[in-house]
Amino acid sequence: MADGSIGLWTVPLAVFGGAIRVSTPFLFVSLGECITERSGRINLGLEGTLVMGAMSAYGISYLSGSPWLGVLAAGITGALLGALHAGICSLPRVNDIAVGIALMLFGTGLAFFLGKPLIEPTAARLPAIDFGWWSDVPQLRAALRINVLFLVGVAIAPLLYWAFRTTRWGLLIRTAGESADAARAMGHSVLLIRLRATMVGGFLAGIGGSFLSLFYPGSWNEGLSSGQGITAVALVIFARWDPMLCLWASLAFGGAAALGPALQSVGVTSGYHLFNAAPYILTLAIMIITCSPKRTLTGAPAELSITR
Amino acid sequence: MTTDAADSVDAVGVAPAADPGFLQRYGASIEYILIPGAALVGALAVFGGFVAIYGKNPLDLYFYMYYGAFGTWFSWQNTLTRAAPLILTALCTALPAQLGMVIIGGEGALLIGALSATAAALAVQGAAPVIVQVAMVIGGVIGGGLWIMLAGGLRQYRGVNETISSLLLVYIALAILNHLVEGPMRDPASLNKPSTREIGAANMIGSIPGTDVHWGLVFGLVAAVAAYILIYHTTFGFAARVAGGNIRAAKIVGLSVGRLILTICFLAGGCAGLAGMIEVAAVQGRTNANLAAGYGFTGILVAFLARQNPLAIIPVAILLGGISASGGLLQRRLGLPDASVLVLQGIIFVFVLASDALYGRIGFLKGKS
Repeated sequence: MADGSIGLWTVPLAVFGGAIRVSTPFLFVSLGECITERSGRINLGLEGTLVMGAMSAYGISYLSGSPWLGVLAAGITGALLGALHAGICSLPRVNDIAVGIALMLFGTGLAFFLGKPLIEPTAARLPAIDFGWWSDVPQLRAALRINVLFLVGVAIAPLLYWAFRTTRWGLLIRTAGESADAARAMGHSVLLIRLRATMVGGFLAGIGGSFLSLFYPGSWNEGLSSGQGITAVALVIFARWDPMLCLWASLAFGGAAALGPALQSVGVTSGYHLFNAAPYILTLAIMIITCSPKRTLTGAPAELSITR
Repeated sequence: MTTDAADSVDAVGVAPAADPGFLQRYGASIEYILIPGAALVGALAVFGGFVAIYGKNPLDLYFYMYYGAFGTWFSWQNTLTRAAPLILTALCTALPAQLGMVIIGGEGALLIGALSATAAALAVQGAAPVIVQVAMVIGGVIGGGLWIMLAGGLRQYRGVNETISSLLLVYIALAILNHLVEGPMRDPASLNKPSTREIGAANMIGSIPGTDVHWGLVFGLVAAVAAYILIYHTTFGFAARVAGGNIRAAKIVGLSVGRLILTICFLAGGCAGLAGMIEVAAVQGRTNANLAAGYGFTGILVAFLARQNPLAIIPVAILLGGISASGGLLQRRLGLPDASVLVLQGIIFVFVLASDALYGRIGFLKGKS
């Protein structure tokens, strides 16, 4: 193809590039939620955490000029929201799902409130690594410009898998998730374990948010996240609380989410909004296929209120 | 003789509040008012502090909130107009809650209800206004009802968590709405803001005489009272509450839990769908993206603040309608961003949930047993 046109290959290529680009927030939120849920608690508020993370990352990056400080700020914001969630949930008779809904609304509202002055200015963005330098095809080069956070996320997934299996911390989290009584009998505070697990989960989700504002789409506005957080929570169920499966599922979801823009780029504009809803439809379809009313899901932490 | 005398002394000389029997009987009810009330005051205090950090006077804030919500007849009408959809979307969370289900997809049912009501109105266009309006009500209720029934059915027959599925359905509903108003249902004349064709001025449901409050408020009040009667004064409602309390016991006594779930979810979604229909038939006159104004999400908060009680939803919806009505004034007079209402709602929600820990723990309300 001398003229650089690659015809219909644009679509799978854009889906591939999009899968990597779009999957990063899914990946971070689902890994974070995976840690939290393994400890026996569900945090539905990660949607709010994601938006707060995006806002604080953008703000700090704008003020300091360093996008990495922004990422750190997003993580800390997420950890604080996680601490709030865990703190309220540790009160007696408080439902973790309801608290998650509250924090979803609170986080989104607070981010919109504090983020008003950030809609105009441009903040320093995260760098990307060019893996496509050998190619002449611009679409391929675009697809292979891979952001650093994605690589970090890809590294965290096997690390987490290993940590759950072999480390003391992993065992403690799993014990708290499988049987709070057993963890208590071992002399550990279940509330403390869950507090830490929720804070780490919030930290990762906040970083996922920083990706939205600092890399792709790469600006702060109020329509930045539309349900990626909640989709990622559902994705953890589909991934059977396994960090490696979270990685593959995030990639699949990223690909699904990139389908709409990819088709639009080759001129297929009808049904644009329906293609944009593909991740949600896919999530729902996968939940319908994998869930069953007869048995609890394999791999589900026994203490999790969502599976009981 | 002596006991009689003692009794009469008790009856005459002691105020009812000091009577332990009074507290035993009404202590729980007092709690249901006192604790959410305290949570609300706490949330307002925290929000005041938040606004103070932002450099505004909290006292101004409280004054403008009161003034913008309940200060004038105009603001009362604004408040009641906003309360109408909130009552209906709150029922979308409160009715399934009787079965122990957490449905948070009222926004999606509202959008689908608005779409199907508009479609129904356009299908019978040209008929008498009454017929068009009845068609819209039926369309809105069926559309919204089936939407939430889907979440309920998935929970019952596939074990899919209804909280997550109902929220996913919100985003799917929004995509369907955008697809239809920009594609098949688009009015070619709507250039800047893609919309469906208008349902026609004659078919709008109009205002309650003497006010600017549309008839949607009456729809909401009737639905809330009907839901209360259904849940607390019918065998169906009793069965639902039994199933919500203990699903195994309900199955043992032979209740058809599946049918209960589907019916309740249909009614719940129907309420939210009705809210969508009202927004079309009383405010917008057509369907477009303006309908996704967040009434469905605020409705979740209303339901939780009302402790899922259909009657308590009415005052709570008016209160939160007032808060959102005052948003414009806060923006103009104090220069606060429009999202400040969202922040306050979030703080209230957090406080209300945290206050759940207080029930049965307030010493003086326990009485002596």
